[in-house]
Amino acid sequence: MAKQYETVIGLEVHVELATKTKIFCSCSTEFGGAPNTHTCPVCTGMPGSLPVLNKQVVEYAMAIGLAANCEITRVCKFDRKNYFYPDNPQNYQISQLYLPIARNGYVEIEAGSMKKRVRIHEMHMEEDAGKLVHDEWDDTSLVDYNRSGVPLVEIVSEPDMRSADEVIAYLEKLRMIIQYLGASDCKLQEGSMRADVNLSVREAGAKEFGTRTEMKNLNSFKAIARAIEGERERQIELLEAGKAVIQETRRWDDNKEFSYAMRSKEDAQDYRYFPEPDLVPVIIDDEWIEKIRSRQPELQTEKLMRYKKEFDIPEYDAKIITGSKHMADIFEAAAAICGKPKKVSNWLMVETLRLLKDHNMEPEEISFAPENLAKLVELTEAGTINNSVAKEVFEKIFLENIDPGVYVEEHGLKTVNDEGALEEVLKKVIADNPQAVEDYRGGKEKALGALVGQTMKAMKGKANPGMVNQKLREMI
Amino acid sequence: MANKISDETIEYVGILAKLELSGEEKADARADMEKMLDYIDTLNELDTEGIEPMSHVFPVNNVFREDVASCIDGSEDTLANAPLKKENSFKVPKTIG
Repeated sequence: MAKQYETVIGLEVHVELATKTKIFCSCSTEFGGAPNTHTCPVCTGMPGSLPVLNKQVVEYAMAIGLAANCEITRVCKFDRKNYFYPDNPQNYQISQLYLPIARNGYVEIEAGSMKKRVRIHEMHMEEDAGKLVHDEWDDTSLVDYNRSGVPLVEIVSEPDMRSADEVIAYLEKLRMIIQYLGASDCKLQEGSMRADVNLSVREAGAKEFGTRTEMKNLNSFKAIARAIEGERERQIELLEAGKAVIQETRRWDDNKEFSYAMRSKEDAQDYRYFPEPDLVPVIIDDEWIEKIRSRQPELQTEKLMRYKKEFDIPEYDAKIITGSKHMADIFEAAAAICGKPKKVSNWLMVETLRLLKDHNMEPEEISFAPENLAKLVELTEAGTINNSVAKEVFEKIFLENIDPGVYVEEHGLKTVNDEGALEEVLKKVIADNPQAVEDYRGGKEKALGALVGQTMKAMKGKANPGMVNQKLREMI
Repeated sequence: MANKISDETIEYVGILAKLELSGEEKADARADMEKMLDYIDTLNELDTEGIEPMSHVFPVNNVFREDVASCIDGSEDTLANAPLKKENSFKVPKTIG
């Protein structure tokens, strides 16, 4: 029988914090500025410049640490990690090695039907590097330091995951916690959340871990899943062939679905960490921790429970809505205005999800105002517009954030409740469709449907279908 | 106690520092580094049992900045001394991460 192998995975997750300024200087962290416009002597490592720590970075890091059940380090310091690379203008990165801000935490994940804890080894604050753009034209690289000094929190897990599913459940859990805290938008595609995967395999039942590799350049959940599968297979093949896995950093190429070694042994990394002399220690007392704790918002798990209890929303729907902080915010705001949480939830669960899928969008990209959804619910509830018109109007709200009241008025979409006008149209429909009328009289119930359809069409969809039905029966 | 630094160590430190040293420079560097290690030996004579390692000479903690952006375009100053530049960026030999 073939040997059974177990995959052992630990993650290093980098999250770009949502501060307005960089970690050690007042330069803007805004995305997309022209190259090097958001730079100063501090974030470009000019001699004589001095870093000063952004308080918000410490508070976000504490908030994430507390939400992930970590111990907050009371005496916390920064260290220098030395390496030479053009994206790093100081030739060192200011990071934390010896006394990171948070340690010994965990998050609960659910993969398949299994619930488990993934332990967090530590979390530390550090600065991001600049960006290198390869210039095909003259075979050089162009360096932009706008991102240099943007604050990051690196979250290091214990090797507690055993499959790609568990890894993705863990990442989604972290993302949810951090988005709810408002500490980062956690977009993998844009690099505000990045994951390095440490993976080894061992024979099922073995006590010792195998030799691990670290994989970088994973920028979507799908890429992560494929990379894990690919690396597992590669390591098993090596072991089966009697070869050894080499401890190395590998870069995943998602187009080729293949990883290759980034650094050779001769080029071994030796970061020569030492305490950062330009920054003073951060002392965190109980009072500060309590202040942060008291400001923690309601997180997803709590919100989900509340939606079920307070609004009587099914578990599945509550999961989807709270699965995006942005969607949950829209839901709560719209429900508060119109007082009809179940109706709002229906619009989100049916039409919104459909339109998101049709336009290949993420829930975070929803751009309509909750007020407009609330107004639409009110218009429908009051019978001012019928359901099919409402769907049409909602699409306009979703795409262009129109005010439904104004839109319905301007486009004359109000349901016609005027019996006189309806009777006029019905007389004409009956006169024009003698065969259908005959069939209905002869007992074919279906024929009535055709007549209702004709009437709705003649009234441009604005009639009240129930009323049309009733009137027709009376008149034939 | 006189410290000795091996050829391999000199070679390795050279690689880490991205320096190409001539034979003479290596000998000088070795002499300097051996002296530094001798000095560390002197410090090691002190009993530091139970003393918390010091990372900073000033008795100051918690120096922070508020999160307020300066909004100044720093690109001109940043690039002022760039040996080569293109499209508002530093131009360097091809580097792939």
